[in-house]
Amino acid sequence: MTASIALKPSPDVAYVLRIADTCLIHAQRLAEWCGHAPVLEEDIALANLGLDLLGQSRALLTHAARLEGSGFDEDQLAFLRDERDYVNLTLVELPLRRGGADFADTQWRCLVVASWLLPLWQGLQASRDSELAAIAAKAAKETRYHFEHAADWVVRLGDGSEESMRRMRAAIERAAPYIAELFDDDEVDAAAAQSQLGPRSSALRDAWLARLQRVLADARLALPAQGAFRSHGKRGLHSEHMGLLLAEMQVLQRAFPGGVW
Amino acid sequence: MVISAQPAQADPPTDAAWAVLAGVLDPEVPALSVVDLGIVRDVGRTADGVLDIVLTPTYSGCPATEAIEADIRAALAAAGLGPARIAYRLAPPWTSDWISDEGRRKLADYGIVPPPEAGTAVIRLHPRKLACPRCQSRNTERLSAFGSTACKSLHRCVDCREPFEHFKPI
Repeated sequence: MTASIALKPSPDVAYVLRIADTCLIHAQRLAEWCGHAPVLEEDIALANLGLDLLGQSRALLTHAARLEGSGFDEDQLAFLRDERDYVNLTLVELPLRRGGADFADTQWRCLVVASWLLPLWQGLQASRDSELAAIAAKAAKETRYHFEHAADWVVRLGDGSEESMRRMRAAIERAAPYIAELFDDDEVDAAAAQSQLGPRSSALRDAWLARLQRVLADARLALPAQGAFRSHGKRGLHSEHMGLLLAEMQVLQRAFPGGVW
Repeated sequence: MVISAQPAQADPPTDAAWAVLAGVLDPEVPALSVVDLGIVRDVGRTADGVLDIVLTPTYSGCPATEAIEADIRAALAAAGLGPARIAYRLAPPWTSDWISDEGRRKLADYGIVPPPEAGTAVIRLHPRKLACPRCQSRNTERLSAFGSTACKSLHRCVDCREPFEHFKPI
């Protein structure tokens, strides 16, 4: 087994890694649908969504590695860090195919994350970091279609049969405790906003909500009230699901260090 | 819109490289060459005469990106023009506006509805009433924003009942 790597995270590296890891772990969960989605078309769609997110993550991880300066590459960052060193949003690590989740959870999560990424990519296009701005400009075009696709499904399920609406509502309830983390600021946000690297988390909330509200109205759904619970994946404190996810994602590189296709 | 960045002054190896690239097909949409697709942004030569090729990848997650680079290297080597330096340029991001007119014709002949022509209109994520590539009926509907690859959406003709794909504007 190969040893873990440890990074020297500057505020800039921490900021970029949060976005990179959120895209990476979201992609990993979506990839679990490959070969299992309810219809063939959706199987391919979810795999393609995951591929876009993985591509976005690769560009961001490569950039984070360059900023970090120890000479690591995207693969080492993706596969050789310990759980506490991943800084994705907790929402994207929750199971999509086990633990009582169903198809509605997948589409709701895709909608929530795309609605959050769109204003983030937009804000990053004004970054002082031209590489980050270029990655964001490219990703923004792709995420528009991710939003479209998830919005189509959420409306279809929400404004569908009694059963589909019940299950869509249940999925929204299950995700609710993990939404606050998307918009909670900390010192990484403050440094990024102050140095014009990118927008702080709280600055994304209005645009996120406006996008989501339009879809929710069409789907005859509503957001539940926010409770007191806070998740902290972006500070490296993960749910109990993260360890299993990483075990599966990392096993090949841990067992065969540097292995390539 | 500039479709490709052909050099102003004649340079035989560079011209030959463009000709070779025009024969390298996109493995996912083999109707199109990499030049038709508009991903070849520049072909020049380094100070020591090595071909210097700049590519702009289509989608971030396109699994064909690495295959295309390998195909380009192989084609240039076979033509006696290799080895080449291949670099990627992210900005400005690739757009379907860069697909050449010939590329649009090839897509249509292949049965894939091409994206709207460059600069024609605001990009419509939900295109209205695409014409069925088989029966030309405009009585069609979109089934999914994602088809067999990320760059295509899936549609259905309500009249002839056949499914078809559309190369999405992006």
